[in-house]
Amino acid sequence: MAIYEPEGNWWQPIHKDEKIWFILALIWMLVSFFYMPIQHFIGKQNPPTESYRVSAEDFDGLVEGMVKKYQIGTTGVDNDVPLVQPNPDEPVFLRASMWEWYPALRLEKDKTYKIHLSSMDLLHGFSIQPINLNLMVIPGYDYIANIKPTRTGDYRILCNEFCGVGHHTMVGKIEVI
Amino acid sequence: MSEMRTCESTGLKIDKTAENMVMLNVTTAIIFLAVGGAAALLVLLTRWPAIHLLPVEWYYRWLTAHGLVALIVWILFFEMALVYFGSAILLNTRIAVPILSKVVYGLMLVGVTLVAGMVLTGNADVLFTSYVPLQAHPLYYLGIILTAVGALLGFIHFFINIAVAKKEGKYKKTLPLVSFGLMAGCIIGIMTLAHGAAIYIPTFLWSLGILESIDPEAYRLVWWGLGHSSQQINVCMMVAMWYMTAAFLFDAKPLSEKLCRTAFVLYILFINVASEHHLLVDPVLSTWHKIVNTSYVMHLAVLASMIHAFAVPAAMEVALRKKGYTNGLFEWLKKAPWGNPGFSAIFISIILFGFLGGITGVIFGTEQFSIIRHNTWAITGHFHGTVVAGTTIAFMGASYQFIKIFFRRELIMPGIAKLQPFVYGLGIMMLSICMMAAGSFGVPRRHWDYNFSDAPFGYQFDPTVDVFMSLTGVGGVIATVGGAMFIVVTLGSIFAGKKIEK
Repeated sequence: MAIYEPEGNWWQPIHKDEKIWFILALIWMLVSFFYMPIQHFIGKQNPPTESYRVSAEDFDGLVEGMVKKYQIGTTGVDNDVPLVQPNPDEPVFLRASMWEWYPALRLEKDKTYKIHLSSMDLLHGFSIQPINLNLMVIPGYDYIANIKPTRTGDYRILCNEFCGVGHHTMVGKIEVI
Repeated sequence: MSEMRTCESTGLKIDKTAENMVMLNVTTAIIFLAVGGAAALLVLLTRWPAIHLLPVEWYYRWLTAHGLVALIVWILFFEMALVYFGSAILLNTRIAVPILSKVVYGLMLVGVTLVAGMVLTGNADVLFTSYVPLQAHPLYYLGIILTAVGALLGFIHFFINIAVAKKEGKYKKTLPLVSFGLMAGCIIGIMTLAHGAAIYIPTFLWSLGILESIDPEAYRLVWWGLGHSSQQINVCMMVAMWYMTAAFLFDAKPLSEKLCRTAFVLYILFINVASEHHLLVDPVLSTWHKIVNTSYVMHLAVLASMIHAFAVPAAMEVALRKKGYTNGLFEWLKKAPWGNPGFSAIFISIILFGFLGGITGVIFGTEQFSIIRHNTWAITGHFHGTVVAGTTIAFMGASYQFIKIFFRRELIMPGIAKLQPFVYGLGIMMLSICMMAAGSFGVPRRHWDYNFSDAPFGYQFDPTVDVFMSLTGVGGVIATVGGAMFIVVTLGSIFAGKKIEK
């Protein structure tokens, strides 16, 4: 019984049924173990890994520089978030802060963009909907996602890491044309 | 010398001090479960779109409280009871340092009171994870540190007890399997709380202004060494409760002591670095680093759970077949004591932990799935499948058994007690599945308004999401009813149940 000390030598060979189960479980685990790295090479759903340290001031400067250069308007009557159509050959900077994604982006279909993400204050969660792709945005770090939009449309960036009472209002915009 | 009695139902020699500490910690744990459950209901009714109960500040405040109380306080107090149960009572010996067990209890209670005070006065709206640079009042961190120091001393007490027991010849070569599992939990507990100290002490100093800043990414890495590894304490202790139930109720013998013990060792060896799967979509760490730690290491820990998933029901089957339930494949299962909540809760825990919490954990912990599930409500669904449907239900089942063995009381309202694990299990199952379904559409976790009514850009999720949000609410209300049944039955029995005479 499991509540008493086992008697005699308990390092005994394992019973056949349990051995079969153990081997099946082990094989399953090995498949899972090998498949994740394999999928990393054959699949197209890997989290990006390129990242650098960056200060909030420097990153803010890069964002404002890009907005100045490529702004094509604002997002509408209710708000005045700049709408920016960046050059696919240049880095794109997207700033997270309480409680705004800045600026709104207009991207071209089938062009690959290097999107740099960083935060000015707290942790934020970069969550593109409705395609549901999620990355962490951390202050002090520049996280680079290579994104190639394959469908035109109007997308939203939600924040999905808690960042204070305005967290639920932190919604940004990406248009793909 | 310590006062001992012989237990009528198990034959164990029970030390009075050890028994009192078990009873004190179990009772405290259950009272805190009631608090955590009440907080859960408030949070749930806010996320249920038709009700949307709390204003935004109070939503995050009660969410912080719910996470801390339901995930940490209830479980940790119960685990302290298991420390004394595994290291003193099962070894027919006494608590080595009775004063230490009182210090542990006192430290944890003071710490928890501080934390709760800070959270409910709005001085710690930082959620359970308190990711820097989000800052709480210094007393919040101090409260956490005191609780953790208490728990650490409790886990260390386990080893003092077994060392003394060994010296006094209470066991010869090795611990009973249940104690072994609990010991694995204590080892992981000590490792985990080392991470806790490594992260909460600097954060406390930072909140006082002594340290200038804490790197947010380093915080996440070390914090999850605490946050996820501590769930492995819960798993070890939950699995120990599975084996204990098989032994108490059916005199079941583990099929292979060798394999079961090896499985516990796998937990100890592999869970710590595997905690890194929380950082799969973070900057800084390289791909290979993430893959090795999350895939290789995590799957060896999962293998351990697979071993227990076979060993526990198999031990029960063998024992029940010996009692004569040998017809067909499943007579033993049909004739199992489903009317005894001490059994049904444990069986529900085994099934739901594996199929709901375990499988989704393996899936969401991969690189490719993390990017489509990270920080969505699916993650919340996953850990309600592990911690609630697994650990909490197992501890509920253990509570029913402990009321008989240690409190020596009969259950009040046996009809309600009989139904309780099924009501609670059904509610949590529904809650967990519907959270995962809503999360798969991208609904964020920890979010006050998924309709984004005050946002500069509107967004509407697929209408199916509304159905799952509401069904989560329904599941949660069923679980609340089941939880309330548990609280009423157990506290009622502890304080007013009929005493079992010798």
